Amino acid sequence: MSETRKVTIKAFRFNAETDYLPYTKQYEMEVGKDDLILDLMNRIKWEHDGSFSYRRSCRHGICGACAIKVNGKAVLACKQNAIELLDLFDNDITLEPSSKKRAIKDMIIDKSDFWEKHAAIKPYVVADVDPHPTHETKQSISEFNNFLDSDLCIQCGACHYSCPALEVNPEFFGPAAFAAAYRFTVDTRDSAGAERLELTAQAGQGVWDCVKCFECAEACPKEINPIEKITKLHNMQFEQGIAERNVATKHAEGFLRGMKKYGYLDEADIVTYSEGLLGAYKHIGTAMKMMKSGKIHWHSGVPFIDSIPKIKNLDEVQKLIEISQTNKL
Amino acid sequence: MSEQLHYALFTGCTAKQSTPELLSSTLAVADKLGIKITILEEASCCGASHLQDFDEFLAHVLNARNICYAEKLGLTMITICNTCQLNSAMTKHALDTDPELKARVNEKLAEVGLEYKGTSEIKHFLYTLIDEYGLENVKNKVQVPLSHLNIAPFYGCHNIRPSELHEDANGHENPYKPTSLDSLIDALEGNPVDYESKNKCCGFHVELQANHTSEVLAGNALLDAMDNNADLMVTPCPLCHLKMDTYQDSISKVMGRDVELPVLHMPQMVALALGCTEKEIGLNFHVQKAKHLYTA
Repeated sequence: MSETRKVTIKAFRFNAETDYLPYTKQYEMEVGKDDLILDLMNRIKWEHDGSFSYRRSCRHGICGACAIKVNGKAVLACKQNAIELLDLFDNDITLEPSSKKRAIKDMIIDKSDFWEKHAAIKPYVVADVDPHPTHETKQSISEFNNFLDSDLCIQCGACHYSCPALEVNPEFFGPAAFAAAYRFTVDTRDSAGAERLELTAQAGQGVWDCVKCFECAEACPKEINPIEKITKLHNMQFEQGIAERNVATKHAEGFLRGMKKYGYLDEADIVTYSEGLLGAYKHIGTAMKMMKSGKIHWHSGVPFIDSIPKIKNLDEVQKLIEISQTNKL
Repeated sequence: MSEQLHYALFTGCTAKQSTPELLSSTLAVADKLGIKITILEEASCCGASHLQDFDEFLAHVLNARNICYAEKLGLTMITICNTCQLNSAMTKHALDTDPELKARVNEKLAEVGLEYKGTSEIKHFLYTLIDEYGLENVKNKVQVPLSHLNIAPFYGCHNIRPSELHEDANGHENPYKPTSLDSLIDALEGNPVDYESKNKCCGFHVELQANHTSEVLAGNALLDAMDNNADLMVTPCPLCHLKMDTYQDSISKVMGRDVELPVLHMPQMVALALGCTEKEIGLNFHVQKAKHLYTA
């Protein structure tokens, strides 16, 4: 069996200074079992077209410079084996920048939005440090473990540019900034935690606008799982009394109302509870359509009518809520 | 198959309330295929990824309780909602990999006479049909081939991401190029529509607090499917269904284009092909009317 595979690589090409629209160019090459995506990009530049542009630096999966997308999958080019991707995508390889709309030249993008958001959450320990300390600041193993690997973020932007909420809402901080906010907020040496939690609780930019698609967890080449940190930030806002009563927080907390009564979420009640009676008014049109089609029916699911079927052994759920609930709004 | 497949069904909240057609079509498909279903009548809400934001520990306790009931039956727990699948699987993963958390959760469960052991698998009905019942066997049961329909598969997030969590339960589906729904459509002799948005987010989970984001994400997917000549969309997630089906009017306004596309639950599509009754399939429960698809 041959050690190499002949493959056609498609690459996104665009020069913001000369091109009106991006285009795709194809390059044929032999791909070996140990080739990384970065090797293929080097070969395009060195053997086919010297104008092909991309960022690269450490070649050890540490600097994050070579983050791109291959067939929509976020990768670090210097870490990603090419044959693995050929197998995953039926011999198809299309190289694209992390964000096509932020492309400057080929794989190189303008990451200024990423860095602005990163800086906004104060990604450093805020502490009143004695300039002449008598001893080092120690952390226990459990305090270190509480970082949940968020310390390993290399700011490559893979999660940030995979986030669909950010595509629609440019104000949204995005998963990388949230992972950093978590990392420094749980640092025992830091004193800016409340400030970060307030910042990340804001509607529009904060964690409540996360769509929960898990694209960030999938994209992260360092397996940091940013959405896990987003959940922790949500929880910490409640734990530390920073969460304000609004549509988003009442929606999260409101699940307990239905579960205590029925074991199930009360779908109609959660809308009126979260939005308030006036806010729920804007959903009346949809509710009427749902009622007409039978999705909401008079015998169940109508606000204020206690008729949703209860689960068996509901008392167990009620007891478990009573003895296990750790947060309150 | 020498032995009859038997599963413990975790219905989730939606199939008991706003999508009764999901439950009826699931039971009808199981009946037609000879799959035995025991409904977990004791199971509570999975938290739908929102309770977890309020109180993650409590959500683990309640999800572990649900799994305990499948364990008592000695059965695999099957789900018919991507979000139920994810939240149940996340709790199982957390408890199976963190002995300290498992002990804390079991301390609470002991108060109601239960113990989480970790013996039951958790799998979405879509993947039991493919991995355990088998597509060839499904194909052999088709009575009404869907060859006249262009069907856009919409996978929904929580069955395919994070892939590491699901890899044993969903046949190692590639989240960037999922194939399960496409292959099921093939088996039913329908025409799967290939479109870029098939593995994207529908925006359901921010419907209340970030309505514009939610509408745009759903609109992108619906229009993408329509632009690729879909006659209908099919999804294994009732939350994707609710977003895509019930909000097409408001999505049209946000997107500046008319959106009109029936959105079926995965079991409804299978039920159509298996020749189930109109009542079992329940297409009349859709806001975007799909009743005309019923051809049996």
